[in-house]
Amino acid sequence: MRLPSAMLKPFAIRPVTGERTRSHLTDLLILAAGLAVFYGILVLGRSWLGPFTPAANISRSPRALPLYAAYSLLRMAIAYFASLGFALVYGYLAAYYPKAERWLIPILDIMQSIPVLSFLPGVMLAMIAVFPHSQVGVELGAILLIFTGQVWNIAFSFYTSLKSIPRELTEAAHIYRFSRWQRLTRLELPYATMGLVWNSMVSAAGGWFFLIACEMFVLGKRDFRLPGLGSYLQTAASAGDLHAILWGLGVMIAIIVAIDQLVWRPVIAWSDKFKFEQVEGDEPPHSVVLAMLRRSPALAWLQQRAIGPWGNRITLHYARRHARRSPRADGAPVTAWLGRLLAAAAAVGGACALWSAGRVLVGLTRPELVEVLSGAGATLLRVLAALVLGAAWAIPAGVAIGSSPRLARIAQPLAQIAASVPATALFPVVLLFLLRTGSGGMGVAPIVLMLLGTQWYILFNVIAGAIGIPSDLKEAAKVFHFRRIDRWRLLILPGIFPYLVTGFVTAAGGAWNASIIAEYTHFQGRIYQATGLGSIISRAADQGNFDQLLVATTVLAAIVVVTNRLLWKRLYRLAETRYKLDT
Amino acid sequence: MPAAEPIIEMRQVEKWYDLPEGNRIEVIAPTDLAIYPEQIVALLGPSGSGKSTLLRIVSGLTAPSAGQVLWHGEPLRGLTPSVSIVFQNFALFPWLNVLENVEAPLEAQACGPIDRRKRALKILDTVGLDGFETAYPKELSGGMKQRVGFARGLVVEPDVLLMDEPFSALDVLTAENLRGELLELWESKKIPTRAIFLVTHNIEEAVLLADRVVVLGRNPGRIRADLDVNLPRPRDRKSQRFLALVDHIYKILTEPNVEHAPPSGPQQAASESAAPSYPMLPHARPGGIAGFLEILLDRGGKDDVYRLADELGMEVSDLLPIIEASAMLHFVQVREGDIEITPQGKAFAEADILTRKSLFREAALQYVPLLRQISNALRAKADRTMPDDFFFDILDEHFSQEEAKAQLNTAIHWGRYAEIFDYDANTGRLHLTEA
Repeated sequence: MRLPSAMLKPFAIRPVTGERTRSHLTDLLILAAGLAVFYGILVLGRSWLGPFTPAANISRSPRALPLYAAYSLLRMAIAYFASLGFALVYGYLAAYYPKAERWLIPILDIMQSIPVLSFLPGVMLAMIAVFPHSQVGVELGAILLIFTGQVWNIAFSFYTSLKSIPRELTEAAHIYRFSRWQRLTRLELPYATMGLVWNSMVSAAGGWFFLIACEMFVLGKRDFRLPGLGSYLQTAASAGDLHAILWGLGVMIAIIVAIDQLVWRPVIAWSDKFKFEQVEGDEPPHSVVLAMLRRSPALAWLQQRAIGPWGNRITLHYARRHARRSPRADGAPVTAWLGRLLAAAAAVGGACALWSAGRVLVGLTRPELVEVLSGAGATLLRVLAALVLGAAWAIPAGVAIGSSPRLARIAQPLAQIAASVPATALFPVVLLFLLRTGSGGMGVAPIVLMLLGTQWYILFNVIAGAIGIPSDLKEAAKVFHFRRIDRWRLLILPGIFPYLVTGFVTAAGGAWNASIIAEYTHFQGRIYQATGLGSIISRAADQGNFDQLLVATTVLAAIVVVTNRLLWKRLYRLAETRYKLDT
Repeated sequence: MPAAEPIIEMRQVEKWYDLPEGNRIEVIAPTDLAIYPEQIVALLGPSGSGKSTLLRIVSGLTAPSAGQVLWHGEPLRGLTPSVSIVFQNFALFPWLNVLENVEAPLEAQACGPIDRRKRALKILDTVGLDGFETAYPKELSGGMKQRVGFARGLVVEPDVLLMDEPFSALDVLTAENLRGELLELWESKKIPTRAIFLVTHNIEEAVLLADRVVVLGRNPGRIRADLDVNLPRPRDRKSQRFLALVDHIYKILTEPNVEHAPPSGPQQAASESAAPSYPMLPHARPGGIAGFLEILLDRGGKDDVYRLADELGMEVSDLLPIIEASAMLHFVQVREGDIEITPQGKAFAEADILTRKSLFREAALQYVPLLRQISNALRAKADRTMPDDFFFDILDEHFSQEEAKAQLNTAIHWGRYAEIFDYDANTGRLHLTEA
């Protein structure tokens, strides 16, 4: 047999000669970045293991900013990777074990609707109890809080991806006897990558949103302040130090933009190959950074010498183990027992929690109930107001941007930067402004914050929807001389409907979450609060009033779950059937 | 039939799905089928005959509800050893390039990297993919993708190659080309495969490739004929014997009520006696039926099914639902592969649009039990309206969920055309059309 010519071709990533100088520059940059990260972790680690200083003195000097930013970034990075790991395990269990699925998915639904701050007192007190004399406890508490805000949507995304793998692909993996490891690395993870990437970005944005709340809070009589960007911003706003506020915001925006360019864009461009499509899309995403990394000789060497061979060794190991197993052996007795044990423990824990929660709910007095319910009504009205205001400007603006490519080129990047600034970072500034001008104060401020946080969801979805309206429909509207009102009624609104629903769902969820920070705040040594469910939750968290916290959180979660089931699900179905634009 | 021992043998294999309330849907009636070495077996049947399910039972991906699968005489547990599947929609991993896709099954066999690459490159060379090793599936045409599917199936050197409608996602020319190449590989013994089991709905494909054609009927799936193809290779599609065999198989397929094989076994589905049985509505559109009758009328009102399909440039399998629907409405009569228009059919074909609708309505109410039942149910209600779920639940007793949905859709289509009832998709309600 002749030797196939292709055998002579190398297949691994290989440096392209002729761009040597640039690629070595990349290596230097990678090395420098690695060293910087290492040094940063060393410095932070030292402070974490240091003495217990729950209320650090936050400096307002811009010179303190790099270190604060590093603290915040590290917290968010750890929280994110923990979320990712947890979400993968959770999603995998829910997708492959029907017994577990029956309770894991409802739990996910409920957890997703519980605001981060409701976890705060419990998490913090537990962590401080575990590490009473070290900074690690408070830090871990803060990380755990960020984690609770990030993990659920990633887990849900992984679960739905696993559930929607096309049948033929699963069958191919079975018939060719893939080991579990090979199935994970060759089929399941690649198939889920797109969803994981987008949800990671959403989660990261959520992390920024709650950063301030997680870095600076009051618990009972104790004041907690962790050094970080969030606490810097709040301290600056509290002191009315405009100079420091601007510095803080500037650094924050710079970091967000830099992470977008250095992390998310390359990841999106890289993940394009995992898109499940049989034909090539028209414009694959592109990233300069990714192109540079791909040209790096050092990374290529690492791939060829370390990652490739080791990956191979692991795959072969699992393949051999899989081959030795008898076909269709039901789970080993040890795992089965472990599963039963876990299920029993979960059942007992759940029952205990339900019982004590039930006792609290039963012991509720009438005025308390009235307070929670009227608070829920007040917050509901605020959420509605924020949605209406957001829609009022975002729908026309989004349609205008989406229908004009020229406008889109200018407006979209600007809007993206504006949207990336977490609303909570702006909140102290807004409050400062409102208090100074004396225009409403806490009457208006919560709505403004909700609006700041959620209008972008509506805007971006409307833009996407307007871009998606087929041009032949637009031409038809022109040919038949539609009046403006008919054009909106018959073409634009139905055309963007599915996107609008998505926008409203995310915006409403965000607004409920924001209510907790918006309706109750420590500012300039005073507490500002408005009537509402959010302020009840925040106050209860502040005072460590667990009963009230439980009641208010239950009501909030119930509202979110019920509106999801009764309203949004129906609208989604309508969007998928009647308003689906496909040809 | 060869005297050799079968490689795979199914004995009284049966498949059903349990429904709540103790009913079940039988998908495959008790079936015996053996795959012998040195044979290409084609499993031919209309949609709903369970042919893909049978393939999955042979492969061990799906366990039968009853009966046994034997591998060289030994009962099987789990996956069948030494088989590969070539899938209808290729089932390639889009994130792996051609070489990695073909290497993946070898990786699963714990084959080392050097050996792996050598074997993958060799098989890619054999199927004509030399030079495409680093391409990703989405860069390839359908034909090239299926070549990768073949290469991946063959690289593990299976004893039996299972193929699930491997050519049906390809255009006509590409499919023909690939069929030829597959035969070339098989006959020249370039691959160590000992038997090929091919699922198809294309009669000519079956006769062209197979040594043996097994014809399946539906509701439930069962073997209706098992024919040896003793034509010399290479086979000539225009030869008398080829055409005669194709014609014979057509006759079997177009006469669903004539049994060519023993009836199904003693175990009857529990639901069968519970309610009047529903003949399956063929999924044809009224417009398609009208067009077909017009053509038939133009050709003198009588023609041979196979010739008709050939001259229309259609696959018979595409024409079958239309023929079945026309026969159900008594617009045509099918006799031994010949199809003849009835007086009602002639009147329908010659009528204007409004008369057509009323003729269709008469025929539908008389001969289609489902439509008659819907009409009666609507009449019985004071407000002349019912939710579609009501009818869906009834159909769900008799068909799989997916098929029940398709049945209801077709019924709604026919009912709207015949102006028997109206359907509001928003509320999901059927309304009786008042005369």
